[in-house]
Amino acid sequence: MGLQALFFYLFAFVAVASAFMVIAARNPVHSVLFLILTFFNAAGLFLLTGAEFLAMILLVVYVGAVAVLFLFVVMMLDVDFAEMKSGALEYAPVGALVGIILAAELIIVLAGNAFHPAAAGSGSSPIPALSERSNTQALGDVLYTDYIFFFQIAGMVLLVAMIGAIVLTLRHREHIKRQDINQQVARTPETAIEVVKVKPGQGI
Amino acid sequence: MDGFITSYVWPGAIILAQSLLVMVALLLFIAYILYADRKIWAAVQLRRGPNVVGPWGLFQSFADLLKFVFKEPVIPSGANKAVFLLAPLVAVTLALAAWAVIPFDAGWVIADINVGILFVFAISSLEVYAIIMGGWASNSKYPFLGALRSAAQMVSYEVSIGFVIVAVLLCVGSLNLTDIVMAQADGIGTRMGLPNSLFDWHWFALFPLFIIFFISALAETNRPPFDLPEAESELVAGFMVEYGSTPYMMFMLGEYAAIVLMCALTTILFLGGWLPPLDVWFLNWVPGIVWFVLKACLVFFMFSMVKAFVPRYRYDQLMRLGWKVFLPISLGMLVIVAFVLKLTGTAP
Repeated sequence: MGLQALFFYLFAFVAVASAFMVIAARNPVHSVLFLILTFFNAAGLFLLTGAEFLAMILLVVYVGAVAVLFLFVVMMLDVDFAEMKSGALEYAPVGALVGIILAAELIIVLAGNAFHPAAAGSGSSPIPALSERSNTQALGDVLYTDYIFFFQIAGMVLLVAMIGAIVLTLRHREHIKRQDINQQVARTPETAIEVVKVKPGQGI
Repeated sequence: MDGFITSYVWPGAIILAQSLLVMVALLLFIAYILYADRKIWAAVQLRRGPNVVGPWGLFQSFADLLKFVFKEPVIPSGANKAVFLLAPLVAVTLALAAWAVIPFDAGWVIADINVGILFVFAISSLEVYAIIMGGWASNSKYPFLGALRSAAQMVSYEVSIGFVIVAVLLCVGSLNLTDIVMAQADGIGTRMGLPNSLFDWHWFALFPLFIIFFISALAETNRPPFDLPEAESELVAGFMVEYGSTPYMMFMLGEYAAIVLMCALTTILFLGGWLPPLDVWFLNWVPGIVWFVLKACLVFFMFSMVKAFVPRYRYDQLMRLGWKVFLPISLGMLVIVAFVLKLTGTAP
């Protein structure tokens, strides 16, 4: 247990410290890099609680894809952060309000077992041992049987959001030279070249 | 105190020794993989390749190592120093970290975790950070363009790699790398009357996915013909322009460690890991690690042949291949594999 506690404190400390640095760093790119470090340590904490599937998905989805795009955008935009920082304190009350609401919601959800009898029942239902049922299988069973509709609705929402983003940004510009690979591959000497016999002394 | 030693110190020391062993073996292997890469490339172009240092140039990689280490590292004055030096470290650390879960033979693995394939996938998706950080911290145009290209490229090809891995996992029913290899002991070959043969492995049953995985692996590790992040003809050397001496060497080391990792992963997912290719007594007698290394070397040989004779892709062609060709094919194959497994009742 001692080693696990040691790693817990290591991950937790680095996670909190780097989360603080996300808002404290002067350079926006450093902020995103610290955010990535926070995600990484959160994955470590997931591992310690035995949720290895969640830990890896957090790394693949958030660190491997979402944060890359964050970094991409922050690097491309030339944001003058000194200017933005100057008015930052004005927004502190709003930020604090959002933080308090989030914390309250978290507490309500975590204490939810006591609120809802059905939820309380599932919390104490027997959990099969790791040897007979791995984390990944258990998650898959729950997601694809009991909660299949919610799962699919979540997928549909994401799909709609994706299509919406594409529709908003897609522009068909006229008079632009495009490559059609199929057309290029289908070219033969008959369709592409013309053999002309040129008589000496005459042009074509 | 006694309990402390038996429960912490000994296991810790054993893990440390195993990790060191794997790392030293891997670094030696990479030294000769680099040499082989250059020799194969030279042979295709009718050149001699490295042949001066040691017999047949065998010590060339070590001479290069000494050369890089004894050079002075130059950090551009406008660079973001901390991130600039962190980037090559991230490249090497991540590329080496993924080897913790690779099984070289039955039971020859440092960490036999049950989400092994996800771990490798997660680590290889993190490798893009080394390139982005290096490109951004150099504070110069060419590296930054290289970094942006690589970010888009690696994220795009991860999608099809992910679908290929999911299709393989459907056939296996486990995320553990050892289980993935053992599942290939029984397959189509056994039903054709050739039990424990190379036709049992996934490359035969999932041939289109094998090809897609191989090409995506080339793109994921920035190998030619997908080496647009460092395209020397347009971006000088891409994200590595400002790097020299040891930091540059660490980038190269990280790149080759990632390439060898992809070779090992192809071996595990599609070529049956350490299983012998035919059920003959003298082939079964050969230790599994030999088969594993031989197969990884075969995949690497294909990697270097591709480097030698395929011209570099243009950037829009690269994106087209990733999103318009590989993504639909791998997604369609995933559905087909799921249907076939369900209808034939062979799903695990």
